[in-house]
Amino acid sequence: MKNNLDIKIAFTIMGLLIMLVGFFQSWGVALSILNLCLISSVMSMGVNMQWGYSGLINFGVMGFLAIGGLAVIVISVPPVYAAWDAGGTGIIMSGLLLAALVYAVFYVHSKVTSKYKNYIIFVLVISIVPIMKVVSGPSIHAIESIDAATSGYLGGFNMPIIFSWFVGALLAAFVAFVTGKVCLGLRSDYLAIATLLISGIVITIVKHEEWLTRGVKNVIGLKRPAPYEVDLQNSDWFIGMIESIYSSRLSKITDIDQQMATLKELVISSSGVFVKLCFSLIFAVVLITLLIFSEKALRSPWGRMMRAIRDNEDAAKAMGKNVVKRHLHIFMIGSAIIGFAGAMLVTYDGLFTPASFQPLRYTFLIWVMVLLGGTGNNYGAILGGFVVWFIWIESAPLALFLINTLLSQVDNANEVKKHLIDSIPYFRYLMMGLGLLLVMRYRPKGLLPEKIIKN
Amino acid sequence: MDLLNSIILLTNFIVVPAITYGSQLALGAIGVTLIYGVLRFANFAYGDLMAFATMIVILFTWYLQSIGISLGVLPTALIALPIGIIATILISIFFDKAVFKYYREKKSDPVILIVVSLGVMFILNAIVRIIIGPGDVTFMDGSRFILKANEFKNLTGLNEGLAIKSTQLITFITTIITCSLLFYFLNKTKTGKSMRAYSNNEDLALLSGIDPGKIILLTWILVSILATIAGTLYGLDKSFKPLAYWNNLLPIFAATIVGGIGNPLGAFYGGFVIAFTEIGLTYAYKKFFIYLLPEQLEPNSLVQYISTDYKFAISFAILIVVLIYRPNGIFKGKVI
Repeated sequence: MKNNLDIKIAFTIMGLLIMLVGFFQSWGVALSILNLCLISSVMSMGVNMQWGYSGLINFGVMGFLAIGGLAVIVISVPPVYAAWDAGGTGIIMSGLLLAALVYAVFYVHSKVTSKYKNYIIFVLVISIVPIMKVVSGPSIHAIESIDAATSGYLGGFNMPIIFSWFVGALLAAFVAFVTGKVCLGLRSDYLAIATLLISGIVITIVKHEEWLTRGVKNVIGLKRPAPYEVDLQNSDWFIGMIESIYSSRLSKITDIDQQMATLKELVISSSGVFVKLCFSLIFAVVLITLLIFSEKALRSPWGRMMRAIRDNEDAAKAMGKNVVKRHLHIFMIGSAIIGFAGAMLVTYDGLFTPASFQPLRYTFLIWVMVLLGGTGNNYGAILGGFVVWFIWIESAPLALFLINTLLSQVDNANEVKKHLIDSIPYFRYLMMGLGLLLVMRYRPKGLLPEKIIKN
Repeated sequence: MDLLNSIILLTNFIVVPAITYGSQLALGAIGVTLIYGVLRFANFAYGDLMAFATMIVILFTWYLQSIGISLGVLPTALIALPIGIIATILISIFFDKAVFKYYREKKSDPVILIVVSLGVMFILNAIVRIIIGPGDVTFMDGSRFILKANEFKNLTGLNEGLAIKSTQLITFITTIITCSLLFYFLNKTKTGKSMRAYSNNEDLALLSGIDPGKIILLTWILVSILATIAGTLYGLDKSFKPLAYWNNLLPIFAATIVGGIGNPLGAFYGGFVIAFTEIGLTYAYKKFFIYLLPEQLEPNSLVQYISTDYKFAISFAILIVVLIYRPNGIFKGKVI
């Protein structure tokens, strides 16, 4: 099992690298890298399902992530009752109306057989926007004018935040269903452009529909599945735990006051690490569960069918497989996982900032993870998530180090050197581009290539 | 009088901006379509290629300004254009030789080429942001307006003013000249015809003795010229910001597909279709109706189909309609 060895070595190296960050920078940094690595891996597993299992090109990753984040807001934030009173009914009514209109479009599309079918659909679609504007306009205005500085939105349902991850997945799957119905019949390059545009629209909606998401005003202070630092610092068991961990170090300090001060410092610094550790555990559980399920799926008859469709669509069609339907399903499943990851990301950040969603960072970086890690291989996708995120974070210190060593003879006041140091954040894009091109050229199947499963 | 006023209103707020925006999109879309027609992939690095070209033009403009050369009323950037074009041609050919050639010779799937173009996009994006920074850069000089709203009002005695910025006129004229030259080249010259033949049927073109290396080189040269001109015009009209070019890529793609991917004339019209619908649907027509309708019928609302925030959605909606009903573009026709 040479391949398995590869996997073990690769992940051991990755683990050691993160440990190194822990020793040389700090454990807080190392754990936040680890957590984002875990989230990124979930994202890249979602993309890998679409691209690696079935060859669908989805450049709308950013949009599905934002939908997951939106679900966190809608589910976990406490409701703003005043806003509900002011415009809740109006919003619900217009939501129902929108659903009815969309249903009407699909109904006409599939059931009506008139010569003018296309024109009817066209008129229906065109009329959705003005109708919605007239119907929902007053309630939106009412909601947004309530306490605009602190709320100005509907709020959510005040439910547990972990629950919202699943809702995020469902919501993303639903959007993927609608998108897939419209776009999946397209040629691969058209599909890429269409999904990219859709994600752009999702972001615009999230950014500008303030009654739902507060838009660019952001939602902060989200709930957490992990304890808060402040609570930890005041709880006896945590202080006790820290005391026993550092007992040897503490016992060396003779002065009681100083000992207490050191303990307090340790408790404060460890509480942050502890919270991150809790997150790591939750994310790791998610990732491993997902991995088990998708490995099982890959080995099942279903996985065999998906690979058959990817490798030879016509042959699969000839064997009686419904390719369009299968594509729709895998598109929905992959997007659901991306939505789940988006919800995890927003939960971890503790805030939802629609303006921060940029395609380079949230769509194409995830793609680099999948391509670099190994298309069609779940372990590869996870490794890609780890490697790429690690490089993404650590390339700034690395670039700084390189500039300083290479230009050590140059005076610090030198304009060129100053400019280079100012532009350090952009070197990571250079690294990503180079990495992507090199992998595509010399290891087109990624670091961990797909295993040929014989069953 | 009200009729005249309303016409001027629409000209000022819809026709003039849409023609400018449409010209910029058209130039970009022709570039994308040429790459697609000859090299057969959708180049996601195109937006950043435009940003790179504009950056070179800006740097050279600054140099010219520092030694005191200017074009008077015209922006200095126009003198810097050739330098930008040469630099862009060089970098395009470099990326073709270093990256795209390998996959072309392997006859890779178009999807692989898209993915590879993402790598080029990352690199170009990084280069631009490292060299010139991520912020806004204004490099427009010369006179700003050809026609000011107030002057127009005094001249005609109308209520509505018509303002035309010099960049708008320059954009339009440059686009017309560039496109006429390009279409003359593609349709009348022998090299242009062989390029079209290659795009139409690669094997037949090879059989008739057309050198593919030459055609591809020529394509990159044309594309670089278009990218530099389009990028500089956009930068002059708005301002230069690296990420803005990336955002512009989406309407450019939409224009390309609307016109029929691989069809330059279609891309030209596609740019204007997108621009006119985008601006026409996001404009608030309230004032227009106030001029035209009797007082009792005057509208209370803005009479705006969709708010400007959703400009994006419009090009997408057009794209979807076209893809579903006319996947080969709104113009029946041939490639290149």
